[in-house]
Amino acid sequence: MTEPFLIILIEALVTVVIVLNGFAFATVWERKLLGRFQARYGPNRSGPNGYMQPLADLLKLIFKEDFVPEGANRLLFQLAPLVSVVTAVTAIALIPFGDPIHVDGYRIQLVGANVSVAVLVLFALSGLASYALILGGWASGNKYSLLGAARSAAQLVSYEVAMGLSVVGVLMISRSLSLVDIVHGQQASTWYIIFQPVGFVIFLVAAVAETNRAPFDLPEAESELVAGYHTEYAGMKFAMFQMGEYVSMIVISALGATLFLGGYAGPWLPSSLGFIWLLIKIILLLFGFIWLRATLPRLRYDQLMRFGWKVLLPVATANLVVTAIILAVFFQT
Amino acid sequence: MSVQDQIKGFGITFRTMLSRPLTLGYPEVKTPVFPRFRGRHQLWRYDNGLEKCVGCSLCVAACPADCIRVVAEENTPEHRVSAGERYARIYEINMSRCIFCGYCELACPFDAITLEHSYELSERDRDRMVYTKDMLLTPAPKQPPLRTEGQRI
Repeated sequence: MTEPFLIILIEALVTVVIVLNGFAFATVWERKLLGRFQARYGPNRSGPNGYMQPLADLLKLIFKEDFVPEGANRLLFQLAPLVSVVTAVTAIALIPFGDPIHVDGYRIQLVGANVSVAVLVLFALSGLASYALILGGWASGNKYSLLGAARSAAQLVSYEVAMGLSVVGVLMISRSLSLVDIVHGQQASTWYIIFQPVGFVIFLVAAVAETNRAPFDLPEAESELVAGYHTEYAGMKFAMFQMGEYVSMIVISALGATLFLGGYAGPWLPSSLGFIWLLIKIILLLFGFIWLRATLPRLRYDQLMRFGWKVLLPVATANLVVTAIILAVFFQT
Repeated sequence: MSVQDQIKGFGITFRTMLSRPLTLGYPEVKTPVFPRFRGRHQLWRYDNGLEKCVGCSLCVAACPADCIRVVAEENTPEHRVSAGERYARIYEINMSRCIFCGYCELACPFDAITLEHSYELSERDRDRMVYTKDMLLTPAPKQPPLRTEGQRI
């Protein structure tokens, strides 16, 4: 059932506006929260309580010189941040924000695109995002960027496997790849975190590694390899890489909330207002991301790879096998 | 690192988040000073209006950074400035060279020069960092607050 084009357009606009504002707030909240974790205030000078800080950062980055290094591949250098942002923002279209609402006789679904294989598309998009890093690092024409990009790409690939496996348990329970079906399944029974606690933990750890966040942020840490793959980027291109990172953080939090924490389902509120619950869950998970960044020291690269392959992957596989056995034995339909 | 230690670490950051930050909101809140804090210099007068400084240049001799310049002049009956035989016609301190050690205060036999509490001494022009006698005779416009007993920071 297709909707009128105007409604699709409005949905797309609303989604993009929400994502951009979410990114802006995420940056301020992260800095203020990090400050509070470190017994200081975050930014509190620009605007009321510092909430104009993203605007100040945006203005500063816009006015910076937009250069391309001499040995760089011009096209790919300018393309890489775009790929990073596009893959991240596109993924928002797959997250359901509520049951369909009826306005003026039109049925508006609160999903950008209700594909029946939404989980697969999300993982494909995050795989595409790793291209952005490799392109950016190689196209900079800088040895250190290339090294940082190579490390980052290897890290992403390793933890992608574990993340995929951790999600398969949920998929086996819900018997569907569509995120809307998964939310309905959790509305019918309970949140899947009760059935898949190990899967949730693995998903969280892999999510932190996938978004290059602390403690897995060696490829982009400021004191390591200068700044990894985004050393040569300044001004708006750097802002776009940051945007890609924060939006993918929001997307992965939304995915985790939808797969394990019930998505937009919640008590008291009608389903069409469910986006408030989803927002609360996303904010909780983002708080977890920031708490991890404030507390844990950075993992060295070999420790990171060893953890991904020797610990996380076997545990994810074991979780998968155990879930499959339990489902086959006790819940045969 | 054991798992219990890591969980304790998370507890520490969480508790720090809930407690009040330690930041001083300068410039709305000024850093308080101890009573013997060595800040900007001040030249003093007696109650009858005569200056205490007699231009003996002991402070010049004591200064490790060599930043005080004193040129003395005889007191005449028509033009009496200080309480002794001579007075300091020129008394300049180069604040960009001063190390705020307080030796000039210790060396002065007449308690003419002391270091007070003002520490906001920035200027936009290097020439304005040389304080003349008139500037030193007048107290600084704003003094920072004194530290109270048992203050946290």
